[in-house]
Amino acid sequence: MKAKVVKNITWIISILLALIWLYPFVIVFINSLKTKSDLFSNPLMLSRPTFGNYTEAFRSLNYVQSFFNSVLITVTSVLLITLLASMTAYALARTHGKISSIIYYLCAATMLIPFQSIMIPLISIFGRIDFLNRISLILMNTGLALSLSIILYYGAFLGVPTSIDEAAMIDGANTVKAFFSVILPSVSPMTGTVVILNAMKIWNDYLLPSLVINKDGMYTIPLRMYFFFGENNSNWQLALAGLVLAIIPIIILFILLQKQIMQSATEGAIK
Amino acid sequence: MFQKKYYYWLFVLPSLLLISIIILIPFLIGIYYSFTNSNGITASWIGLKNYFLLFSDANFLQSCWLTFLFSLLSVAGINVIALSFALLVTRQDNRFTKFLRTIFFIPNLIGGILLGFIWQFIFIQVFGALGSQLHLSFFSGWLSTPESGLWGLVILFWWQMSGYIMLIYVAFLNAIPRSTIESAKLDGANEGQIFWWIKLPQLAPAFTISLFLTLANSFKLYEQNLALTNGGPYRSTEMIAMNIYNTAFVNYQQGYAQAAGILLFIFVALISFGQLYFSRKGEHQNES
Repeated sequence: MKAKVVKNITWIISILLALIWLYPFVIVFINSLKTKSDLFSNPLMLSRPTFGNYTEAFRSLNYVQSFFNSVLITVTSVLLITLLASMTAYALARTHGKISSIIYYLCAATMLIPFQSIMIPLISIFGRIDFLNRISLILMNTGLALSLSIILYYGAFLGVPTSIDEAAMIDGANTVKAFFSVILPSVSPMTGTVVILNAMKIWNDYLLPSLVINKDGMYTIPLRMYFFFGENNSNWQLALAGLVLAIIPIIILFILLQKQIMQSATEGAIK
Repeated sequence: MFQKKYYYWLFVLPSLLLISIIILIPFLIGIYYSFTNSNGITASWIGLKNYFLLFSDANFLQSCWLTFLFSLLSVAGINVIALSFALLVTRQDNRFTKFLRTIFFIPNLIGGILLGFIWQFIFIQVFGALGSQLHLSFFSGWLSTPESGLWGLVILFWWQMSGYIMLIYVAFLNAIPRSTIESAKLDGANEGQIFWWIKLPQLAPAFTISLFLTLANSFKLYEQNLALTNGGPYRSTEMIAMNIYNTAFVNYQQGYAQAAGILLFIFVALISFGQLYFSRKGEHQNES
């Protein structure tokens, strides 16, 4: 009897907490469907939905272009990160010399440096050689993400027995071929983690793109959203529709890759 | 695999180059900048003057104090909420608790700029409407005073981070063998005793990880700060990261801002060494 009461109470508390946690999304969504006057008269109430805000926000956000820019920058950066980090980590994991351990500790040490401690010289160097564009943004994303990714991969490669390396080499493959055809696939769970962790971070990033990209047509979603919100600070219904449009891609991705995303988040923190 | 030096450097050099160009060299140049009066165009050496000035700069000291307060409130709140969530969702292992985990984690997916805008709407419009309809002054004027602005930022960060930190606690709670808890139950231990004597000691490493993760993230917080209050009213909610940004890219006092950046590095490095020290210490205690 007592156990059942406890069970019901925890169930009610859980539902309540879940509702509280979702409330910010719900209230934003509800109000994104209102007319300006409905929203200002009472943001707490439901009213007849209109989708006009969405068509207008979609247009003024240049949604297709911003989305494409975000995808381009995220995908290229993540590809480069995965490629370079896995190669480096593998070389470090298989050669236990002085140079390898120096490089490993260098990676660990650079992880201590907050972005704000390097952004001023970084932007000034790249500005001086007139190299602030999407390509340099991709290189910066990569440089900033490599250390953590190398360390994550390093741990994974230590778990791969060297007999696999030897077997791959017997077939006459060279190191590069053996690495990509046999060894890298053997740590694909870690590749998943590295891809997800970096993709989320780069997709959501605002500060670095805001410093590097200065041409309207190159804006990513967070960057475009920032300006859009500023332009519409008296048109909440539009700003909120834009906000929902900006949130949707990541929620769709989460629905598809829920388990992997949550696992990667845990691994990235614990390892 | 790497008998030939050629392959070793083929695998290592590209990463090494990028890390050097993007992080190491700017960091070293940054140390130099911090001893100059650079405005982005010209710079001359002024020694330690920037650092001395920082310690008497009311704005900078204010943002340090604010960052400290914010970190304290964040760390305490997030860890309490996250641990409660973790206990709640590990009571049973079924679809409902998995669903709860997902719900609590969702805010963590969203970028700082979007989070800040979501909460700006809630604090200004939703709270405003609540205040006028319920005639409660508690809900009115959020984000328009320094205190409510800080609390707004703290609440946002609780909402964002708790589900993430929950996952860390869940991972450690799940590592406790079921049989240990079952046998404690057979011995007549109640929920409270099981939590205090069995679960809590196992959570020590999770606590260290969560504590320092929250701390480091609080110290570097910028985007939420920008989107929620933009430092206002009157720079009263401007935390360290935003202070550095504004000094460097709004006022163009780049040497001065860089000195603040170096101080931020020292704070974050100290936090990380603290983590290393405490987790090592924890390991030794477990061995003995």
